[in-house]
Amino acid sequence: MIVAEQKSLAEIRQMITPYQRVLILGCGTCMTVCNAGGEREVSFLHNALRLAESRSGNGIHTFSEYTVKRQCDYEFLDSLVDKIGDVDAILSLGCGIGVQAIAERLPDLPVLPGVNTSFMGMAEEWGVWDERCAACGDCILAETGGICPITRCTKGILNGPCAGTKNGKCEANKDMDCAWILIYKRLERLGQLDKMRRYYPLRNFRTIPRPRRVASKASIDVGEGNG
Amino acid sequence: MANSLFEEKLYSGEFLVTTEVGPPKGADISEMVHHIDLLKDKVDAINITDHQSSVMRFPSLGGCLLVKERGGEPILQVTCRDRNRLALQADLLLAYSRGINNVLCLTGDSVDVGDHKEAKPVFDSDSVQLLKIIRTMESGTDIGGNELKGTPKFCIGASVHPEADFIEPQLIKFDKKVAAGAQFFQTQGIFDLRSLRRFMQYASQFDVKILAGIIVLASAGMARYMNNNVPGIIVPQATIDELASAEKDKRLQKGIEIAVGLIKTIKEENLCHGVHIMAVGNERIVPDILEAAQLAGVRH
Repeated sequence: MIVAEQKSLAEIRQMITPYQRVLILGCGTCMTVCNAGGEREVSFLHNALRLAESRSGNGIHTFSEYTVKRQCDYEFLDSLVDKIGDVDAILSLGCGIGVQAIAERLPDLPVLPGVNTSFMGMAEEWGVWDERCAACGDCILAETGGICPITRCTKGILNGPCAGTKNGKCEANKDMDCAWILIYKRLERLGQLDKMRRYYPLRNFRTIPRPRRVASKASIDVGEGNG
Repeated sequence: MANSLFEEKLYSGEFLVTTEVGPPKGADISEMVHHIDLLKDKVDAINITDHQSSVMRFPSLGGCLLVKERGGEPILQVTCRDRNRLALQADLLLAYSRGINNVLCLTGDSVDVGDHKEAKPVFDSDSVQLLKIIRTMESGTDIGGNELKGTPKFCIGASVHPEADFIEPQLIKFDKKVAAGAQFFQTQGIFDLRSLRRFMQYASQFDVKILAGIIVLASAGMARYMNNNVPGIIVPQATIDELASAEKDKRLQKGIEIAVGLIKTIKEENLCHGVHIMAVGNERIVPDILEAAQLAGVRH
């Protein structure tokens, strides 16, 4: 899933300054799971903004709140239409994709990002999320024991560890595991160290040129396994 | 014919001595020139470091041009941290066109350990791929397959870490560097000769030259700092204790003694093909080390 962190209250207040009536818009999917922008966080942020507004003594803003099932899907944005009649801007707690989907769907309304979209990852433990996939478009996990060096090695290198690894940790962050030590141990366990001995050439950064697009093969190859 | 003076030396069977000079932070190159002049005739080649520890400095290519101008033999250190494949190839063409024909191929330290932590790390290539890039260029094309007008030829090397606390993955990487065309290796700093002996038992099966990296420690504090902050350095506690036992104004002297002891043993026991002396800011003492290790004398 996509993981994000809510921006600071100060930054959000700075961003909304020009807009009097602000709709705080949550997202019911990834942002809910990573506690950055679900219904609960929308409500907390709403209260925090109102409180800050009244404390400042010269508040001009009014807020409303709403959460859609998924901001990154036009279908779920249709329900917004009757919520924005008296709104000057949307403060989206969706990821960067949600913010842009809103901008495309509502061309006359400013939309502001309330979170910093961070990465694709998973919860390592309650409240701690770790990056797992860099969406490089050229998956090599079959070669690396299911551990991604593009994402989990700070240098994203393909041919084994650098010399900076120490105690199994990364030179860039002593709390972070060295991806290549993990890969070595996993491949050893699987009896597949030959995969690490192979030479991996320069990565192809053009597998899908940016901005990237994927067309579903299922809808193109009609008749092949699709009934 | 050899591609460089250093390559000629590499296969001469002589015990090799290289060292390195760190470029300045700033445009005043007088001290670097002084160090180059001091060392150029006393060693087989001088490495110029490439933003060592990811600290922004005068470029290695600029330093190597100076070594050439002053009549020395340069080894260009190239890291993959700051240049994508276009820039790497371009710098190599410039180097070759100006007679800089020795290249040490390094992945490069993480930007997180340096003084520009917010910089975008490049790492379009790694050290193994960089060796391959050079070998491809030598075949007459760039790595896009386009013909080069004028083909460069280099003597290329890489680094290896015999004292890594988990050696097996490092040896796999070493094998890949050999297969990619590395002719010589400069090791990370060696402090415990047992690890060098073990490594040489392994490395001697390959037709490559190994130069043991000798770091001259100026104090126990410096050793501890390097352990915590410099990637690829593991100074053993025994060495730190030895440095700490010296009186305050004799600590660098103690560091020199340790370095000289290592060099002498390596040479006497013929453990590897030479040494690479890293004085880390104390370049001026390298001639004393050579003298004490009985390696002094004009080498060109």
